[in-house]
Amino acid sequence: MATEFVARGSNLDLVGIRKEFPGFTAIDDLDLHIPAGEFFALLGPSGCGKTTTLRLVAGLEEPTSGQILIGGKDVSHTKPHERPVNTVFQSYALFPHMSVLENVAFGLKQRKIADPLKRASEALDLVQLGHLAGRRPQQLSGGQQQRVALARALVNRPSLLLLDEPLGALDLKLRREMQIELKAIQIEVGLTFLHVTHDQEEAMDMADTVAVMNKGRIEQMGAPEKLYDRPKTVFVSKFLGQSNLFIGKIVETSANSLSIDVAGYKISVPKDRAEKHTGKIAIGVRPEKADLFQTKPADSSSENLIGPGEVKDIRFTGVSNQFLVDVPNIGLVTVFEQNEGNSTVELGDQVWISWKVEHSFGLADLPADTLDEE
Amino acid sequence: MAFAAFGHSGGSKSDFKTPRKTSVKVAMALLIPGMLYLGLFFITPLVSLVVTSLEVPDGSGEIGRYDYGFEIANYWAVIETYWPHIARSFFYALTATILGLLISYPLAYFIGVKARRWPILQGLMLTLVIAPFFISFLLRTFAWKQMFANESLIVTTLQSWGVLAPDQYLVGTDFMVIFGLTYNFIPFMTLPLYTSLERLDIRLLEAGSDLYASPAKVFGRVTLPLSMPGIISGTLMTFIPIAGDYVNASSQFLGSSETAMIGNVVEANFLRINDYPSASALSVLLMAAILALVTFYVRRSGTEDLL
Repeated sequence: MATEFVARGSNLDLVGIRKEFPGFTAIDDLDLHIPAGEFFALLGPSGCGKTTTLRLVAGLEEPTSGQILIGGKDVSHTKPHERPVNTVFQSYALFPHMSVLENVAFGLKQRKIADPLKRASEALDLVQLGHLAGRRPQQLSGGQQQRVALARALVNRPSLLLLDEPLGALDLKLRREMQIELKAIQIEVGLTFLHVTHDQEEAMDMADTVAVMNKGRIEQMGAPEKLYDRPKTVFVSKFLGQSNLFIGKIVETSANSLSIDVAGYKISVPKDRAEKHTGKIAIGVRPEKADLFQTKPADSSSENLIGPGEVKDIRFTGVSNQFLVDVPNIGLVTVFEQNEGNSTVELGDQVWISWKVEHSFGLADLPADTLDEE
Repeated sequence: MAFAAFGHSGGSKSDFKTPRKTSVKVAMALLIPGMLYLGLFFITPLVSLVVTSLEVPDGSGEIGRYDYGFEIANYWAVIETYWPHIARSFFYALTATILGLLISYPLAYFIGVKARRWPILQGLMLTLVIAPFFISFLLRTFAWKQMFANESLIVTTLQSWGVLAPDQYLVGTDFMVIFGLTYNFIPFMTLPLYTSLERLDIRLLEAGSDLYASPAKVFGRVTLPLSMPGIISGTLMTFIPIAGDYVNASSQFLGSSETAMIGNVVEANFLRINDYPSASALSVLLMAAILALVTFYVRRSGTEDLL
């Protein structure tokens, strides 16, 4: 099967994919649709099956069951070299016995595309490494090797570009630079990117759509802002950013909100931001949505208010101060305050915490350690 | 020591120099045994060999009596007389090396790459490759002679199948000698191949297939070049000793007078005919030829940066 030199990305569809390894199931009934030209991030902790998913799409593993369609064509049982897909490997996997230019030209030569060296050096220029074309990969720095790996994949104009934690080995500053560069390149070439990472900031920063994966399943999928604003499960609320969770029975339901009782405090969430409307529910709020008060603010139906609690820890991170407040009968609550230079809260102070009801979110499940209390 | 170093000079310059000089001296002292060994057991015999190869008969007519001389014609004489043996030696060596490579490469690939998941199997197979060394190679070669002897089951079976004519035998043929040479030197080919394949990064093969290369292309463009250092050292470690081997081809073992290699000729000239100049000239020629071939080979393979 000859793979044509495409100018645009293709759709990727995974239908009922299941992958079993001896002793465990890596991927359990996975369905996924990635539209052409999208930057899609698969986010999850190590061992969640995200790299296996990528290897299945690349053809380096075969699914136990299910179908993989690229641009509508079923490629489930074709060999890796027959798929219009290229991968940027986590280890870069550059050929040590070839020059940088030969590495980049490898795929073009295999497909017998005209002027492989000319196209390869253009691709190297795109990642600003044209001047190092004659070097061996071992002579380059980690960041440069990463860009060679990217050029080697991009030069083939694959329908789908797979990125397997390609920035994982880089230091923080370089990683942020590469994120910007990678996103710019994706927009420029218009290919479909499937990016696997465990770095939630990286995923949210670059991707149009993020899928959070856990234990071989996709827990939640959507635009980064949406996912962050309204996580639906405990795992997503904790893995994508931080969350304070409050667990209690629903005691009050009004036309558009519901409330739980937690240690005597009433915590409310808008109905349309809650995944369930009866029984026990976990209500969460992001630390930066909550505010600290040194005197008790007036009760308001549009605000949730808990306190007083003792400030147990203050962390200075530069842009923000992170407070850990121990509220009696509730536990530790995290609050982030923008560093505007006017914080007077000190360690050991008694403080109240409040946030807008509309910033609460109600989750579909409960944290694992609360389930047995029922 | 430190006190002594500071003691005898005030300037920082000599402070710096003194330990350096000492370390050079120590290195030289450590090199002396090796140099002496090389001088005594390599350079001296080599000079003696070259000198002997140029000697002339002393005129007494007695066998084995020679005088110092500068008889370059000795070389032309041995080339003229023994060129079939020279050619045969290199033909055998080349054939056995290629056969050894063809047998050893898949074996080494299996042990070094495919068996990675089963370390016990890997260890067992490596032991099996080395195991023949536990028995003297003369005995093993002799055992092969017994197995392929004229009245042996193998030969009679092959004769009854018509593969061999009724009066055709195996011992003493080119086939038998090449068989013995290949067999005896396979471990020397397998081990260097194994060491280089064992380090082969599987992810590079995956990258190759991801970049549209079929399995055969991945082998040709990635696996083979990356295992080149193993191929080079393996082929050198078999080709060089095979070219000078005289056991397998001797008529006491697997060969006959029809299969004599340079080694056998050298042995005969030195020990039986007592024609020392001819034997020496052949030895020098063999050495020079191997040296030239190996230099050419290593240059051509262009693996300097991988070695």
